[in-house]
Amino acid sequence: MHFLTSNAPFIEPQNSIQKMMLWVLIALTPGIATMVWQFGYGVLANIVICATTALIAEAVMLSLRGRPIRPFLSDLSAVVTAVLLALALPTLAPWWLPFIGALIAIVIAKHLYGGLGYNPFNPAMIAFAILIVSFPKSMTVWVLPQSLLPTGTSFLDVFTPLTDQQAKKALIDAITAATPLDEMKTQLNLSKTVEEIRTSSIFGNLAGQGWQWVSIAYLIGGLVLMYKKIITWHIPAGLLFGLFIISFIFYLVEPSIKPSPLFHLLSGGAMLGAFFIATDPVTAAASLKGRFIYGLLIGMLTYIIRTWGGYPEGIAFAVILINMAVPLIDHYTAPRVYGHK
Amino acid sequence: MSSLILIILFAALGILLGYVAIRFKVEGDPLVDKIDAVLPQTQCGQCNFPGCRPYAQAIANGEADINQCPPGGEAGIAALADLLGVDPKPLNEENGVEKATMVAVIDEETCIGCKLCIQACPVDAILGAPKHMHTVIEAECTGCELCLPPCPVECITMEPVTQTLNLWQWDKPDASPQKKDAP
Amino acid sequence: MKLWRFNGGLPSLAEHKNESVHLPIETAPVPKQLIYPLGQHIGSPAKPLVKVGDKVLRGQKIANAQGAISAPIHAGSSGTVVSIADHLIPHPSGFSAPSITIQTDGQDNSIEFKPQPDFRQLPATELVQLIRDAGLVGLGGAAFPTAVKLNTQNKVTPIDTLILNGAECEPYISCDDRLLKERAHHVVEGIEILLYITGAKRAILAVEDNIPDTFTSIQQAVAQNGNGAICAVQIPTIYPTGGEKQLIQTLTGKEVPSGNIPADIGIVSTNVGTVYAVQQAIIEGKPLTSRIITVTGEGVKKPHNLEVRIGTPINALIDVCQGYTKHADRLIMGGPMMGFALLNDEIPIVKATNCILVASQQEVITEKQAMPCIRCGLCASACPVSLMPQQLYWYSQSDQLEKAEKLNLFDCIECGCCDVVCPSHIPLVQHFRYAKSALKVQKHEKHLSNIARERFEAREKRIAREKAERAERARKKKAALQKKPAKEEIEAAVSRSKAKKTPLEEKD
Repeated sequence: MHFLTSNAPFIEPQNSIQKMMLWVLIALTPGIATMVWQFGYGVLANIVICATTALIAEAVMLSLRGRPIRPFLSDLSAVVTAVLLALALPTLAPWWLPFIGALIAIVIAKHLYGGLGYNPFNPAMIAFAILIVSFPKSMTVWVLPQSLLPTGTSFLDVFTPLTDQQAKKALIDAITAATPLDEMKTQLNLSKTVEEIRTSSIFGNLAGQGWQWVSIAYLIGGLVLMYKKIITWHIPAGLLFGLFIISFIFYLVEPSIKPSPLFHLLSGGAMLGAFFIATDPVTAAASLKGRFIYGLLIGMLTYIIRTWGGYPEGIAFAVILINMAVPLIDHYTAPRVYGHK
Repeated sequence: MSSLILIILFAALGILLGYVAIRFKVEGDPLVDKIDAVLPQTQCGQCNFPGCRPYAQAIANGEADINQCPPGGEAGIAALADLLGVDPKPLNEENGVEKATMVAVIDEETCIGCKLCIQACPVDAILGAPKHMHTVIEAECTGCELCLPPCPVECITMEPVTQTLNLWQWDKPDASPQKKDAP
Repeated sequence: MKLWRFNGGLPSLAEHKNESVHLPIETAPVPKQLIYPLGQHIGSPAKPLVKVGDKVLRGQKIANAQGAISAPIHAGSSGTVVSIADHLIPHPSGFSAPSITIQTDGQDNSIEFKPQPDFRQLPATELVQLIRDAGLVGLGGAAFPTAVKLNTQNKVTPIDTLILNGAECEPYISCDDRLLKERAHHVVEGIEILLYITGAKRAILAVEDNIPDTFTSIQQAVAQNGNGAICAVQIPTIYPTGGEKQLIQTLTGKEVPSGNIPADIGIVSTNVGTVYAVQQAIIEGKPLTSRIITVTGEGVKKPHNLEVRIGTPINALIDVCQGYTKHADRLIMGGPMMGFALLNDEIPIVKATNCILVASQQEVITEKQAMPCIRCGLCASACPVSLMPQQLYWYSQSDQLEKAEKLNLFDCIECGCCDVVCPSHIPLVQHFRYAKSALKVQKHEKHLSNIARERFEAREKRIAREKAERAERARKKKAALQKKPAKEEIEAAVSRSKAKKTPLEEKD
C-alpha cells in the first residue's frame, strides 16, 4: 500500500498567533471597562474607528502586496495594534484622529516595513508619536474623570464632537483638562512643589484621579496575561523596575520637586506600556535576559522624557527609541548553548 | 591660544593614527585570492577569461563585472557582492545559464583515441593515451564542457551527476504563506 | 538521587501511550522475505559475504563490517539469498540502496550459538569483539555500532558512569517500556556485562515517572541482582529527556562539550534495548537478528508490541495487526516528533526501527500554513539545547547559512520542540534540516573546487614546464649548430648515408 509523505513533527502545534492576540484583547477588557467607567464612552468610539480602519487598511495592503488575506486578517494582530492605539488617544478626539492613527500604524509602521513580523518599531507607538507631533492640540484634549464632572457625560456626548461645532466647543471646555502627568510637569516648571500640585482635585490618593484605577485595571489584565503564559515576566518587570528605581532615586534626593515612584507607576501609559505595548514580541528583544534589559531601558527612558523631555508622557518615544537598540541587545544577550562555554 | 592647543592636539592624534596604521597593519589575503576562493574553479572560460584565476584578477582590477560566471550562479554572485561590498546583479546570460552540475561521459564505442579532449581538459580529468581508450574520471570532472568542441567524432555527452545518499539534501520549505487560501 | 533539569522541553506533550503500553510483547511470525539494506547503521555500509543462491541459517553473518566504524549483518531466519540489489530503504529521501533479500524457507533453523555465561573470564577487549561480531548497534534509533562506543580502553578520561536510557520520551512508543516490564532481569544482566567492559563505577537505569509499574519491575530486578553499582531512577516526564545529551544533563548535571562524545567526559550511555541485545549476544551467544517494536496508530486495527526479525517488511507486520483501518493516512517510522513518513509498506524494518506509527488524519497534522515569525521567543524557551531557533530560522530562510552555522546550527538535535510551540506554525525543523544538508553539500563542493583548482594549477605548471624544457632543448640545439658550420654537418650526414648505401651497389 502506498502513502503520501510529509515532514516531522507530526504533532498538532500547541499555540497560534490568533490565540495569543485573543488573550491580549481579553486581558485589555478590565482596562477598557475602567476607562469607560471613569472617562465615558469616547474610548469605545476610538476603538471602533481604529479597529475598522486597521482591518480595512490591512486587507488593502495585503492584496497590494500579493499576500493571502484570510490568514493575516484572522490572526487579529491588526486589531490588537488598533486597540492599543485607541487606548492611547484622548477619549473625545475628533473622528479623524483615530482614523489617521490607524492608517499610519498599519500602512506605514507595519506593512511598509514588510508586514507582520518584519516591523522594527511598535506600530501603535509610531502612530501615536506622529499624531502627537503633528496634532498636539487635538492630542492633549483629555476628558476629566466622571467623578469630577458636574453632570457626567452620556453615551450621546461621544458623537457631539463629530457634528455640532458650537456644542463641541462648549462640551470640550466644560469637561476637559490636562492629564495629571501634564499638570504635574507644567506646574513643576512654574516652580511649584509636588505637595502643592497634589492638592489639585485631579489628583487622587495614589496618582491621578480616575487614571489610577485605569492603571490598576491594566495591571490586573497584565497579570492575567502572565498567568496564561502569553507574555513572560521579563519585560513588565524590567520596565516597572526601571521606572521605579530611577524615580525612587530622584525622589529620595529631591522629594519636593520629583513625584513619587507610585505616581509614576500609576500614571500615564506606564502600566499599559509595561504589559501590553512593550511586550509586543515582534519589536522586543529576543532572549529573556535581553527582554529584561529592554524593559529596564524603556522604564528609565520614560522617566527621563517625563521629567526633562518636551512631552509629559514618555512611553511612546521610549519604546520607539529602545526598539532601535534591540539588535544590539540581542547580540549581547544570546543564551549560552548546551555544550559551549 | 585655545586654537593653538587644538591644532597641536589634532596634529599629535593624526601622527599617532598614522603610526598605528603602519606599525600594526594586518596582512590580509590579497583580494585576488579571496575572490578566487569564491569562484567555483570550473575553469570553463565562459566568463571570457582563460580560467578562474584570471577572472578573479580582472575583478580585483575592476576590469570585469561580478556577474559573468554561470557555474557560480546566483549564489556565487551574491558571495562576490558580499565580499566586495557592492550590490549583487543578475547573471549575465550572454555567457551561459545556471545549470545543474553535469559531468562529461565519453562514449567508448565511438572514441578514436585522438587525445584532443585530454589536451582540452583544464583539470586533467580525462585518462587516456594516443590510440588508447579515453575516459572521464567522474570525480574530477567540473562540468566545464571544454572537451566537447575538440572531439572530432562528437563522442562526449554531458550527464547529470549521480545522486548519492550522503550528499542528498532536504528541500527548502516555503517560508511564508502563498497566495492561495489555507486548505 | 539528585537530578538536574535541562532547558526547555515539552512537559505537556500528548502521550498517546495508552494505545500500546499495556500490550505485552508478542512474537511476530517469520515473514516470507527478509530484506537487509547494507547501510543500516552509522559508518561504512556492510559488505555482502553471500551470493545470490546461497542458503543461510538464522544468525549467520551475511555481510561483514567494513572499516572501524561499521557493523556486520546477520540473517534473521533460514532461507535462500534471492537478490543483492537496490531496494527501497527507510530513509526520508525515498532512495533505494543495495540490500540483501532472503526468501525464508519456513524452517527457521539457526546456526550453533556460542553462549558465554561466564563473561568475566574473558578480557573486555574480547567481549567487545564478540559484540562487534554480533552486529550490535544502538537500538534507540541512532544505530551507532555498539562495539565502537564500548571501545573505551584507550580513552584519556576513564569511564565512571554508565547510563542506561529507558526514557522513552516520544509519544506512542512503548517498546522499551514493555522490555523493562517483561525482561528486566536480562537487561540487568546486560548492565553487568557493560559495567565489566567499561570499568564504570556506577550504572544508572533511568525511566520516566509516568510508568510507575515499569519502575517497580526494574527495582525488583536490580534488587534481586544485588550489584550495588546499579541503581534505577525515575526522571520527570519531559520530552526530549530521552535524548542522550539531555539525559546525561538530567542525571549528572554535566554537559557533553559540543563536537565531543559522552566518553570524553567519562560517560557511556546506551539504550536499554541495546543492553538486552548485549546480554543476548554474550550470555546466549545470539547475534542481533530481532528486536522489539511498537506498531500502533489509528491506522491499524489492532496495535501490538512485537518482537520482529530485523528485515521484516512492514506489510507483514500490518498483517499481524489485522490490517489497515480505512483511516490510515501516513506510515511513519519512528515517533510523531522525530520519525519520518514512508512511501510504501514494502520497506523493511531495520535495526534502528523502534516504532511503526500508522496515523490517521486526526492523529497527526500533515500540513500547516506557516505565518511569518513574530519573534515571540517560545521556541528559544522550549529548546533543550538553548539555541535560538528564531535566529537560526531567519538565517536559514534567507540562505545566510554560514551565519546559521556560527549560531551553532549543528548542535540542533532536531527534536521538534520549537516546531510544536511555534504560534506561527513555521516548520522550523525542516528549515534546520535543509540548512544542515545544504551546508554539508556546500562544504563538499568547496572541497571539490579546491581540488579542481589544485589540479588546474598543477596542469598549468606542467604545461609551462614542458614549454620551458622544449625552449631549452631548442636553444641548446641552436647553440650547438652555431659551433660547427652547417655545411660540414651536411657533408658528414651525406657521407654517412652514402656509406650505408654503398655495399648494395657494389654487390650489383
